[in-house]
Amino acid sequence: MSTIQSIAGELEPHPDVALVERVREGDVAAYDELVRKYERQVFRIAQHITQNREDAEDVMQDAFLKAYEKLDQFQGNSKFYTWLVRIAVNESLMRLRKRRTGKMVSIDEEIETEEGSVPRDLADWAPDPEQNYNQAELAEILRKTIQGLPQGFRIVFVLRDVEGLSTEETAETLNLSIPAVKSRLLRARLQLRERLSRYFHRKKGPGETRNEK
Amino acid sequence: MKCSEFLALLDDLMDDSLTPEVRADFEQHLSGCEHCEVILNTTRKTIEIYRSHEIYDLPAGLRERLHAAIMTRCKKSC
Repeated sequence: MSTIQSIAGELEPHPDVALVERVREGDVAAYDELVRKYERQVFRIAQHITQNREDAEDVMQDAFLKAYEKLDQFQGNSKFYTWLVRIAVNESLMRLRKRRTGKMVSIDEEIETEEGSVPRDLADWAPDPEQNYNQAELAEILRKTIQGLPQGFRIVFVLRDVEGLSTEETAETLNLSIPAVKSRLLRARLQLRERLSRYFHRKKGPGETRNEK
Repeated sequence: MKCSEFLALLDDLMDDSLTPEVRADFEQHLSGCEHCEVILNTTRKTIEIYRSHEIYDLPAGLRERLHAAIMTRCKKSC
């Protein structure tokens, strides 16, 4: 947290700081602005973790309400967005626990420990692989592919690569060490890449052989 | 540099946080290893494609329901 604070301290105040201040002074319209700014991100995170639309809707609502109620506890030593994401992740995991009563749910689930494996698939992709699919088909491919990742990899990928949190912020949000975030991120990226290759690989011409084992 | 060392540094490369020396090693490995070149390019593309496509649309009416819920809380506590 001190790292984030010191980095933030060297920059201009984030525009959210003024909005948060206005909300604290009773200006609820300022909170609407924060909601509009981050509703998509919060919903996406909730959907990626719960993998259920109804749960994601509830999580989004609960996360924003909780953030609103707890705004006095927000210290301002991390970004409002990071603080909100942490609430959304916790609400999502709680929702999963409710669904799977009696079964512990954690982001360590289904994590293999093997390290350093080098992908063997050498298939290159077509120059604009998404052009071969319409929007609906592409969204379905991307959903199906990311849903197949182990939970602990998926959350790290979503926070780091989709939602733009730093490694440090991701580690703080998920209570993981920085090496654990890096290791999971690498494996998530490589697994996604490999799975997407099935759809996006360059078509081989006659006489060429696939260079796969 | 071996392929496994190259892979371990992908994250730092994409964050642009490699030292110039390590970056030079990285580039040198890349120039002679088609395998890692493909991995690097397609991994970058994987991230870009997930960043640029909305795969979960915000349900209609959700924002309005949330706004109403916030206003209810606000009336109680503001």
